[in-house]
Amino acid sequence: MCVCPGPRRIGIPVRSSSLPLFSDAMPAPTQLFFPLIRNCELSRIYGTACYCHHKHLCCSPPYIPQSHLRYTPHPAYATFYRPKDSWWQYTQGRRYASTPQKFYLTPPQVNSILKANEYSFKVPEFDGKNVSSVLGFDSNQLPANAPIEDRRSAATCLQTRGMLLGVFDGHAGCACSQAVSERLFYYIAVSLLPHETLLEIENAVESGRALLPILQWHKHPNDYFSKEASKLYFNSLRTYWQELIDLNTGESTDIDVKEALINAFKRLDNDISLEAQVGDPNSFLNYLVLRVAFSGATACVAHVDGVDLHVANTGDSRAMLGVQEEDGSWSAVTLSNDHNAQNEREVERLKLEHPKNEAKSVVKQDRLLGLLMPFRAFGDVKFKWSIDLQKRVIESGPDQLNDNEYTKFIPPNYYTPPYLTAEPEVTYHRLRPQDKFLVLATDGLWETMHRQDVVRIVGEHLTGMHHQQPIAVGGYKVTLGQMHGLLTERRAKMSSVFEDQNAATHLIRHAVGNNEFGAVDHERLSKMLSLPEELARMYRDDITIIVVQFNSHVVGACQNQE
Amino acid sequence: MHVPEDAVVSSADVALALASAASQNGVQIYDRTSILHVMVRKGQVTGVETDKGQIQCQYFVNCAGQWAYELGLSNEEPVSIPLHACEHFYLLTRPLETPLQSNAPTIVDADGRIYIRNWQGGILSGGFEKNPKPIFTEGKNQLEIQNLQEDWDHFEPLLSSLLRRMPELEALEIVKLVNCPETFTPDMRCIMGESPSVQGYFVLAGMNSAGLSFGGGAGKYLAEWMVHGYPSENIWELDLKRFGALQSSRTFLRHRVMEVMPLLYDLKVPRWDFQTGRQLRTSPLYDRLDAQGARWMEKHGFERPKYFVPPDKDLLALEQSKTFYKPDWFEIVESEVKCCKEAVCVIDMSSFTKFEITSTGDQALEVLQYLFSNDLDVPVGHIVHTGMLNQGGGYENDCSIARLSKRSFFMISPTDQQVHCWAWLKKYMPEDSNLILEDVTWKYTALNLIGPRAVDVLSELSYAPMTPDHFPSLFCKEMSVGYANGIRVMSMTHTGEPGFMLYIPIEYALHVYNEVMGVGQKYGIRNAGYYALRSLRIEKFFAFWGQDLNTLTTPLECGRESRVKLDKGMDFIGRDALLQQKQNGVYKRLTMFILDDHDTDLDLWPWWGEPIYRNGQYVGKTTSSAYGYTLERHVCLGFVHNFSEDTGEEQVVTADFINRGEYEIDIAGHRFQAKAKLYPVPSLFTHKRRKDDVELSDLQGK
Repeated sequence: MCVCPGPRRIGIPVRSSSLPLFSDAMPAPTQLFFPLIRNCELSRIYGTACYCHHKHLCCSPPYIPQSHLRYTPHPAYATFYRPKDSWWQYTQGRRYASTPQKFYLTPPQVNSILKANEYSFKVPEFDGKNVSSVLGFDSNQLPANAPIEDRRSAATCLQTRGMLLGVFDGHAGCACSQAVSERLFYYIAVSLLPHETLLEIENAVESGRALLPILQWHKHPNDYFSKEASKLYFNSLRTYWQELIDLNTGESTDIDVKEALINAFKRLDNDISLEAQVGDPNSFLNYLVLRVAFSGATACVAHVDGVDLHVANTGDSRAMLGVQEEDGSWSAVTLSNDHNAQNEREVERLKLEHPKNEAKSVVKQDRLLGLLMPFRAFGDVKFKWSIDLQKRVIESGPDQLNDNEYTKFIPPNYYTPPYLTAEPEVTYHRLRPQDKFLVLATDGLWETMHRQDVVRIVGEHLTGMHHQQPIAVGGYKVTLGQMHGLLTERRAKMSSVFEDQNAATHLIRHAVGNNEFGAVDHERLSKMLSLPEELARMYRDDITIIVVQFNSHVVGACQNQE
Repeated sequence: MHVPEDAVVSSADVALALASAASQNGVQIYDRTSILHVMVRKGQVTGVETDKGQIQCQYFVNCAGQWAYELGLSNEEPVSIPLHACEHFYLLTRPLETPLQSNAPTIVDADGRIYIRNWQGGILSGGFEKNPKPIFTEGKNQLEIQNLQEDWDHFEPLLSSLLRRMPELEALEIVKLVNCPETFTPDMRCIMGESPSVQGYFVLAGMNSAGLSFGGGAGKYLAEWMVHGYPSENIWELDLKRFGALQSSRTFLRHRVMEVMPLLYDLKVPRWDFQTGRQLRTSPLYDRLDAQGARWMEKHGFERPKYFVPPDKDLLALEQSKTFYKPDWFEIVESEVKCCKEAVCVIDMSSFTKFEITSTGDQALEVLQYLFSNDLDVPVGHIVHTGMLNQGGGYENDCSIARLSKRSFFMISPTDQQVHCWAWLKKYMPEDSNLILEDVTWKYTALNLIGPRAVDVLSELSYAPMTPDHFPSLFCKEMSVGYANGIRVMSMTHTGEPGFMLYIPIEYALHVYNEVMGVGQKYGIRNAGYYALRSLRIEKFFAFWGQDLNTLTTPLECGRESRVKLDKGMDFIGRDALLQQKQNGVYKRLTMFILDDHDTDLDLWPWWGEPIYRNGQYVGKTTSSAYGYTLERHVCLGFVHNFSEDTGEEQVVTADFINRGEYEIDIAGHRFQAKAKLYPVPSLFTHKRRKDDVELSDLQGK
């Protein structure tokens, strides 16, 4: 997710009429963005962003008619060249030489790029005695920004049951999404803990004893945690649970997951904001907390415990349930609502939360205050703090912040903050045996693929991998030879067809490489992946995907028990 | 291999025939009656509680197959029968064009992991696949056995090997693929015998898919066992008491049977260790030893070091190390043995079964004198090697007993005796006695310090004098070693070499080990394992229970007259049998063989079970063997019989008979000349270290 419009949106021909408007609106945020990004030591993205906008404004109109065919060979060319092989090759060779971006990646090269960030986790199955409704998950991400601004997290709650999975889409840098990805699950886990466990943990901290582990993380080696801030983060978390302990009136009521999720989201956002206001004597940390607060992140988090599935969503990432109908076909059930201009209820909410005279300015050009695409997010204090507070913090902040034009910039029509909240919308779904998997993904996926296609591709991939229909002879005349042929065929199919073990990788392959017929086109895939860093963001957004697979047997058994 | 007498029987028909024969002899059979549990009073079976009422009985035989485990557990005092089921698939086809004759041989293709036999003119073919599917881990057999699914994909490798072996079967039409679970045990041997905890509770189960073939013999021995109290053959290897409750974890069984089932059709190489269900019982030193390169074997769930791989040496991968020839650990063990002979080694032998028997009065001595064949009325601090014999004079157990005080004894037995020996002692101990029997196996870590310098190491760690005058052989003293007090030090090594066994309360184990290794540096101390121990003890003609000795071998048959108190006028179990044997002479004699013309590098090695030939006549089989690094020859132990040339009847074996023979050991069809010895070879060959042998590297600590 980026504050600036992605190339796809502007590239859609229908919208071309709105271009002038965009052009008008662009300068402020774009210019303001650069210094911040540079300050994040991402000097390269500076170039990207610059190039990106430059192109939009000057060169995009000629591209528009071609945009969604950009990487498929033009049929006319093909027929024209191919009959004469030698000439065709010659031409190809020439093209290689003259236009450097035209080289191709080999399939192994493509695979190594696609698989660089893939991660799979299988819930340890204790000898067929699997008590979890989650079989495991596959996750992966493909950067478009450099470095990537998306984050992902997955963890098992150790003191309560259940598993947490989430995707986080950062904007204006990755500081906020990084912080949320490492902190949010602790807030959720703490919110879910019973009073006694909280007391036990607090006593352990108080007396310096070993702490009960709360989360077991399932991380890809590239998913890092900030060492420097861990003390600060821990103290904020501790204050939270201390308050939870104090608030407890002694009635041991059942903890409501929905409420816990909402509280955790709000609390973390509040802590991010507070930490930035208070600052830190350590100048590195001080700058870090400010960067976290001034950048933003959306979050889409699933909590699975037995048959209870809760999805908490803030922003425009999406959770999609893959349901297998009785006839074997796949259908998609959306478990989250996007918080953006396409969601009328969100637009309505924003208008109600602010005075009538702001009705026109609060959502402008499909953006919050004409700037921000998601209508809910972590961080982004520019849309939350009062003008006074923003000025005070920036003035007392480090020089880097002071020099930063973006942070100093106050959004237009900024009368009645806050305009932005991190409060999630929580959806509850009771899992059924036909619910086979859940896809959590950032908008990078959803804007390239229809949800129905996403579910079908994952569904077919997973069934192909695991659930080949068993064979039964059942009264037919079958000879040993025929059976043997059939079995050998099935085995070959199992082993060779799926080069992607990981469902998320498979999905990214489709998202990036699909041609207009919905099939992966290697040439297109290769081109998309070999785009220079500064161009990549024009054609696609960061994509982060988690595919959680459910254990239908366990889900079915849970259902039958009740 | 074609066996003309081979036959096929139908299990259902056999069972029916047996049932009707039994009924004719007055046996009552209750159909459709399920057992709730077995009733036990005072450790003795009294009857069976069924869903249709009680049935009184004195004996109960649990032969419930894959349900045996659950049935055993249903008792108030559970009987642990370690077995686990795996799905087993076999294929049935329609008849061949010319239907198979009923005399068509059964074919086993071990490489293809399949068997094939005639079934109504067609074939029945199944196998033991590499990737078994264990089933019923959580019980529920009864509920689910009705609706087991065929799994063709799983059967594919077996079908492929069937069609590779007999391509023309392709045209045969399938009737069905049957899924019929079979049970397997942790060591691929069946389970039979009496429960160690409940008298009259017998078991016959876990036939590893060979129930029909073994059923006849197994039934015979079990019947003898029930009628006479013991079977007519040594079947310790099948005895339920070789297992304890520790093998009863469902997870352990599930993992182990997945390894056992494919093994049925695998080549079984000597000294093979199971890979699953490991690291269950370990010494407190396990991690230390492992870090120093220990390779492990397992006995009764206990990890024991085989040898220590030096840091600069690589061994073959597991699969490549399978051999009947000279193994890759040869040089490693050689250096360990050498160190035992010349300097000092330490072997962790904590797995030994250790019992303490104490009483308030003299009862302990009285009872033990009756239970054990050697005289235990020795001064406090003495150690006695003695057998625990049965009525027939055979070894139920071979152990060392230290007299700790007038009224308490410390008993050391082989590792796998833990259940059997306990049950035996319990059975013969008077019920009303104030005798206390305690299993202290887990309380002590045992370190064996072997070698001429062991005495130097211990002297440095203790103020107690260690010289032979103060500490003669076969003595036990409680003393301090390093900071640790109360270490039981025994001047014995189970190998015939000089040295000491240290029985260390486990909390001191690491301390004592570290001290011993630290002080031992200058004496060239190093770790050693059981392979070195084995080579040493076989070279010294030390027989071990469970390998050379069993319930049918007596002390007189292995040259241990001196360890029996026949002339003391004291009664003990097995005395009558031994007296008679002394009068009549023995019918077999444990003998040591030294292979003469055997090339260690190139010839197949003897392992055990090789036929022994005397003057060209078969006289018995070897029971254990090892390479003797001092003799630089292979050494085998084995029993020599004297079969009458005319009748084949067993005749008396005398020392003269042994000495006046020319011997050969047959290793896989090749006979090697062997020298027979009735007593260990005096250490003629022991190296005297020459001065110029010393190298600079010997000055470095290891």
